[in-house]
Amino acid sequence: MTHSTGSVSACLPIHSDLDLVRVRQHVRQMTAQLGFRLVEQTKLVTAASELARNALIHGGGGQMECTPVSSSGGVQGLRLVFSDQGPGIADLDQALSDGYTSGEGLGMGLGGARRLVHEFSIDSRRGVGTTVTVTSWTSRPPRPREAP
Amino acid sequence: MTGAATFPHEGHVPVLRLGGVLLVTLQGDLYDSTAEQLQQDIGATVADSAINGVVIDLSGVEVVDSFMGRVLSDVAAMTRLLAAQTVVAGMRPAVAITLVELGLTLPGLRTALNTEEALRLLGAEVSALPRAGRAHRESP
Repeated sequence: MTHSTGSVSACLPIHSDLDLVRVRQHVRQMTAQLGFRLVEQTKLVTAASELARNALIHGGGGQMECTPVSSSGGVQGLRLVFSDQGPGIADLDQALSDGYTSGEGLGMGLGGARRLVHEFSIDSRRGVGTTVTVTSWTSRPPRPREAP
Repeated sequence: MTGAATFPHEGHVPVLRLGGVLLVTLQGDLYDSTAEQLQQDIGATVADSAINGVVIDLSGVEVVDSFMGRVLSDVAAMTRLLAAQTVVAGMRPAVAITLVELGLTLPGLRTALNTEEALRLLGAEVSALPRAGRAHRESP
């Protein structure tokens, strides 16, 4: 989807428990302002929580950039970019599969977060870090689900 | 949409004892450490006293992610080993939809639509219970 990108509205650090709470609250506030429906708000906040925790636990901390975007059709959306300078993910396919966990948790974080958002991309390099970009829209034309 | 109830709090979540049932009311956004502390507090209380049921009221919670889901399911498993049952009450529809899409259906977790139903499931005498406002807050 082509879209215009506004300037980054906020850049939040992810270095502690408290930062996870702040990330959730910020995303909740932004989605409410942009007019996301409650279920979509909850999905994006939950995805943000999973991705921020990944950056904290596996990436040794990082940050989240939060940017409102709008599609060519004028649909409002929110893009979140989570980045860390951690060890990177050795096997992306494995990390995205349900039940895979390298630490605490249920192993649903990355794969689960991908299902909760409309667009998901991940870039991970060994020794450099991981960047996960997700975007959700306030509404979106019905279309078939992407092949798994 | 979000009000004062979402103000984060660190430390202990109040745990009320009503006869043989522990009532835990979660409000707003919890720190990971608070959730883990709660799990330990529930374990200690259930083991130390004649508790046969735990009700966790989630009606004030807007987000349950996989971490919180794990805590809930661990509390249920732990209390089962300590001869008590856990019932999660009042989950918001948006939270339930999100959990399913996340892939967390939390089998093994007993649920009820509200606290009263949860107490009934546990066989507690609802009519004999004190009103929530009068119940004392237990310090950890």
